Amino acid sequence: MAAVETFEVVASGPLTTVQDNGRFGYGRYGVPPSGALDTFSLRTANLLVGNSENEACLEITLFGFKVKTLTDVAIAVAGADLQACCNDKSLDVCTSYILKKGSVLSFRGIKGGCRSYLAVGGGLYLPEVMGSRSTNLSSQFGGLEGRPLQKGDILFAISPHLHLNTGGKTFPQAWTPLYSNEWSLRVIFGPQDEQFTKKGKKTFISSPYHVSAHSDRTGIRLTGPIIERSPEVDESIISEGVISGTIQVPGDAQPIIILAEIVTGGYRKIATVITADLPLAGQIKPGDSVRFEQVSLDMAYEALQEMEERIKKFRVST
Amino acid sequence: MSYKIVKYRIMGDRSLIVELGDKISPEVNRRVRVLDITLTQNPTEGLVETIPAYRSLLIIYDPLKINVSLLKQRIEDFQKKIEDIHIPEPKTMEIPVVYGGDYGPDLEWVAQYHKMSIEEVIHLHTETIYQVYMIGFTPGHPYMAELPNALITPRRETPRTNVIRGSVAIAKNQTVIYPVESPGGLHILGRTPLTLFNPSKSPPALLEMGNLVRFFSIEKEEFKQWQQ
Repeated sequence: MAAVETFEVVASGPLTTVQDNGRFGYGRYGVPPSGALDTFSLRTANLLVGNSENEACLEITLFGFKVKTLTDVAIAVAGADLQACCNDKSLDVCTSYILKKGSVLSFRGIKGGCRSYLAVGGGLYLPEVMGSRSTNLSSQFGGLEGRPLQKGDILFAISPHLHLNTGGKTFPQAWTPLYSNEWSLRVIFGPQDEQFTKKGKKTFISSPYHVSAHSDRTGIRLTGPIIERSPEVDESIISEGVISGTIQVPGDAQPIIILAEIVTGGYRKIATVITADLPLAGQIKPGDSVRFEQVSLDMAYEALQEMEERIKKFRVST
Repeated sequence: MSYKIVKYRIMGDRSLIVELGDKISPEVNRRVRVLDITLTQNPTEGLVETIPAYRSLLIIYDPLKINVSLLKQRIEDFQKKIEDIHIPEPKTMEIPVVYGGDYGPDLEWVAQYHKMSIEEVIHLHTETIYQVYMIGFTPGHPYMAELPNALITPRRETPRTNVIRGSVAIAKNQTVIYPVESPGGLHILGRTPLTLFNPSKSPPALLEMGNLVRFFSIEKEEFKQWQQ
C-alpha cells in the first residue's frame, strides 16, 4: 500500500468535504453520524472505480470545485450533475474515467441535484476518527482536519495505480433516481404524529413546501402552510435521539427535515423519510419544492430492497 | 410517571423509540439505562446503535436484517427477565470547578436571584450528586439533574452567543457542562479544566448517560494543573 499525492485543490467551491458512509455507534456520546447525504451515489461512485462501497469520497456542493491531478488516477462522479469536465471535455455522471497526471477536473454548474460524489480509485488516504473518515464540521474532526477543503490542499489516494483498469464503466441510468426541482419524498408517520391535529397532518401530506436558503447538512428547512399541533401539547418535547430523515416541527409550525449532523432534539416529529428516499433528500437544494407522500412500513421495506438489489447487481457485474 | 407498559414510537423504517415514562425523573432515566445496558450486553442481529435519553431509548436497526415486530418482541422478552440481568452500578465522577469571577460570570446574579450568598450557591451546587440523564446538544455535552430546589432558576432571558468551553451552568432543575465553545442560555456558575470531549480518545466523552457526578470547588490558581 502506498499513499500517492493525487489531487491538488485549485478552487474549493462553496462546500466540499470528505464523507464516507458515516460514523455509527457514537450517538450516545452526542456524536452525529455525518457522512454522505446521498449514500446511494457514494456507493455507486466507489463501485465504479473498484473501491469498496463505503470508501471516503469528496462531497461537492453545487458548483465551482476544481482539482489538478498529480498522478494518473481513476475517478467517477455520481449524484448531482454539476457538469464535471476534464480539461474542457465534459464527463458523464455515473461513469468511470482515467485522468492523466496534470489534468484539471472542474465542476461548472448545476444541471440537476445538489451534491456530487467524486470517488478516487484506491480511496482517499486519511485517518479514521471513531471508525469513519467523514467530516464533522461543527466539532471539527474527521475528513481533512475536520474542515471543508480549501485551495492548495493536497489529497493522497491509496495505491491509485492499482485501479487504472477500471475506466469506462457505467452505472445503468435506469437504476438512478430522477432529479428535478420538485421533489416527492415518501414518509412514514411518526414518532409523534398523534400530537398534531387531523388538519395538521392533512396539510403536511397535501401541501408543497418551499426549501429555504437556510438549509445545510444539519437539515432542510421548509416554508409553507403551517402544520397545526394539538392544542393540549407544548411547543417542545422532552429531548430524545433522532435520525436523519425525521421531520421535526418546531414552534413556528414549519417543518425541518433533519439530516446527518444532529443526534438529539427536543421538537416533535410528525413523520420520517423512508431510508430508500434519503439519498434524494441529499439532492434537494434551496429554491426547490418538496411534497410528502405517506407510505407503509412494508412499502418502505420494498423500496429499500429494490435499491439494495440494484447496488448488489452492479457490484456483482463489476 | 414511569409507564407500566412501555410506549413504542416508530421513527421511519430503521428506528424505534422506546418511551419509558412521561416525565423527567431519576427512576424513569434509570429504566432507560437498564434497557440500554440490556440491549448492549445481549447482541441482537441487525441492531446498529442505541441512543439513551431522558425518558426514552432510541434504537437504530438495519431493516434488511431485523423488522420492527421482532425488535419489539426482543424488548418484551428482556423486560420479562430483567431481574436476571446484571446491571453494573453507575460510575461516580468528580469534576473540579473554579466558581465565580471570569470563570462563572453568572454566579453573583444567581446568588442575588435566590437571595443567598455566593458561598451558599457553591455549597448547594457541590453537595448534590447529579445523574447524567443524556449526552447531547454538542458531542460530550451532559444534561444532569436534579438541582436542589433552592437553586432552581429560569433560563437566561438572552442566551449568550459564545459560552467558553468547560463552562458549568444551571437552568431550571438541571446543570450542564459545555464541552466546546457554543451558544447557550444557561447561567454560568464556573468552569472546569477537564476535557469533556476528545475525538481521538476512546470513549470520546468524559461522561456518559447514567454516570453520577459531583462537583468540587478549586482555586483558579489550580486550573492549569488540572488541565493535564
